[in-house]
Amino acid sequence: MGSTLPPTRPELVCPAGTPAALKSAVDAGADCVYVGFRDETNARNFPGLNFNRKELGEGIAYAHDKGAKVLVAINTFPRAGTPELWHQAVADAARLKADAVILADIGLIEHAARVHPELRLHLSVQAAASNPAAIAFYAERFGVKRVVLPRVLTVQEIATINARIAPVETEVFVFGGLCVMAEGRCALSSYVTGQSPNMNGVCSPAGEVRYTETHAGVTSELSGFTINKFAPNEPAGYPTLCKGRFIARDKASYLFEEPTSLNTLNILPDLIKAGVTAFKIEGRQRGRAYVAAVVQAFRAGVDAVMAGRPLPDIDLDRITEGGKQTTGAYEKAWR
Amino acid sequence: MTSLTLGPVLFNWKPEALRDFYFRMADCPDLDTIHLGEVVCSKRTPFVEPIIPEVIERLTQAGKEVVLSSLALIMSDRELAQARDLAAADGVLVEANDISVAALMQGRPFVAGPLLNIYNEGTLASLEAMGAIRTCLPAELAADAVASLAAKAKGEIEVQAFGRLPLAISARCYAARARNLTKDGCQYVCADDRDGMAVETLDEVPFLAVNGTQTMSYHHMSLLGELADLASRGVDRFRLWPHHVAMDAVAGLFRAVLDGKLDADEATDRLADLCPGAEFANGYIYGQPGHQYVEADL
Repeated sequence: MGSTLPPTRPELVCPAGTPAALKSAVDAGADCVYVGFRDETNARNFPGLNFNRKELGEGIAYAHDKGAKVLVAINTFPRAGTPELWHQAVADAARLKADAVILADIGLIEHAARVHPELRLHLSVQAAASNPAAIAFYAERFGVKRVVLPRVLTVQEIATINARIAPVETEVFVFGGLCVMAEGRCALSSYVTGQSPNMNGVCSPAGEVRYTETHAGVTSELSGFTINKFAPNEPAGYPTLCKGRFIARDKASYLFEEPTSLNTLNILPDLIKAGVTAFKIEGRQRGRAYVAAVVQAFRAGVDAVMAGRPLPDIDLDRITEGGKQTTGAYEKAWR
Repeated sequence: MTSLTLGPVLFNWKPEALRDFYFRMADCPDLDTIHLGEVVCSKRTPFVEPIIPEVIERLTQAGKEVVLSSLALIMSDRELAQARDLAAADGVLVEANDISVAALMQGRPFVAGPLLNIYNEGTLASLEAMGAIRTCLPAELAADAVASLAAKAKGEIEVQAFGRLPLAISARCYAARARNLTKDGCQYVCADDRDGMAVETLDEVPFLAVNGTQTMSYHHMSLLGELADLASRGVDRFRLWPHHVAMDAVAGLFRAVLDGKLDADEATDRLADLCPGAEFANGYIYGQPGHQYVEADL
């Protein structure tokens, strides 16, 4: 089972929330860098993050000069009645010679394919295309060339999908923050805070976060709901709402997921064998030190696998959430 | 006239209970359209499938429009094969809850379900061009967006109006995880909670509900106070999500308010009597957090 094609060297697709991070990623060996505009058109719409048009133009020039590509994520769902901001973002990405745009909304994809036929289209993870029929729809109808797979699939399922959808390429997440719900199909954040990834490009937004310290420790809240409580000596993590401690059946636990990061360094050979075209690192909201460290580690990992060498033993503990790591849905037992 | 839709039962009810529920709903004069089919977890499908033909027959005899709802998350070849079979179903309308199902319809008429991401006119037009004759909108949308979409829609627009809202779907089963089980060895424990497993914060504040791989709102959505205004702004239908309560009586309240025969406040009081222990919310339609309850002033 799985792809019968010989493995090709996967591209390393790296995050950049700032022009400085873009340079760090390119210098550390990224094949591609993905970025967003400084507004609600992208799913990391955080204060102080992302690119204006001038910065994007300069970033693309820097990357192209070093042989790297730049992908622009325009992956929220345009507001009813006002698609102009999203249409302008696609037009500007095309004008600034981005190598591709990463889109999630069907209407926006249709618009991009019609108005900018020369622009390469990638399907965002936020579209959650999780099977060959969904992927074929986007490829056949709109000419989508690559699909970022939702973090719900096992390596085996990914191999099956790749065997069915060639020449459409797949991109999978290999490191970083981990959505435990099918991406783009989760309204937990808006239920609690009024703002969601799909509509506002944010999940568990910082403006709704509060930490309260008492003699018993720190309580983290999101819009007034307690997401977690920490003992005095325990580090208080960010209250992403699906990584909190909740009570169900009279038991407090990390019901959905623990504060943890995806790290697939040790299963890179399996993902390459599964026929994946590109490896994506999450973290446009992270600093340049994170970007450089993770990109270097995965650059070394991919190069080792392709050269038939053993995987390098690289410790990424210090930059993972809560110091914990998981291979997530790639292994079936996670479910 | 504004219609009422009964959504598919999202929970894992025993097949006999599910059949009896639908037989009872067949006799409810206030429901125009009734959905059935497993949406949440393909492991439940083998238990639901055997009763579907007799339920369809009973509902059709009673004059109901019947819709078969698809799975929300389709990953394996087996799940995709189920979706292909569903899309090929003859003589019954299909609801697509994953984009693959909409594509598999190949232009034949279907219902675009609330678990598709239809947030704007462009996407609505694309889905309608694919064959969507009716679109049930995502729960997150506020009234202005609903009205904007209703104004552009060629087909019908449906809005979720009662019940715990489906908020998220995952490959992981949280009903199993809450009992230290995995999905493969789940023992179908999601059946223990007929209306979903309550999830509270560490301060014991009601927060969410778990239905296997699906995460739902703790609160029951109720748009009783907003029905008339939304109908006047172009909403053709309202969807009631089935719960383990007298759903025919619930439908009766929504029908009476839509027909102007019952005051919304009075209906809300009666709804609370029908749903003991339930807390109500309507925040999304006001552009507020979904768990909030806003006094009607649309």
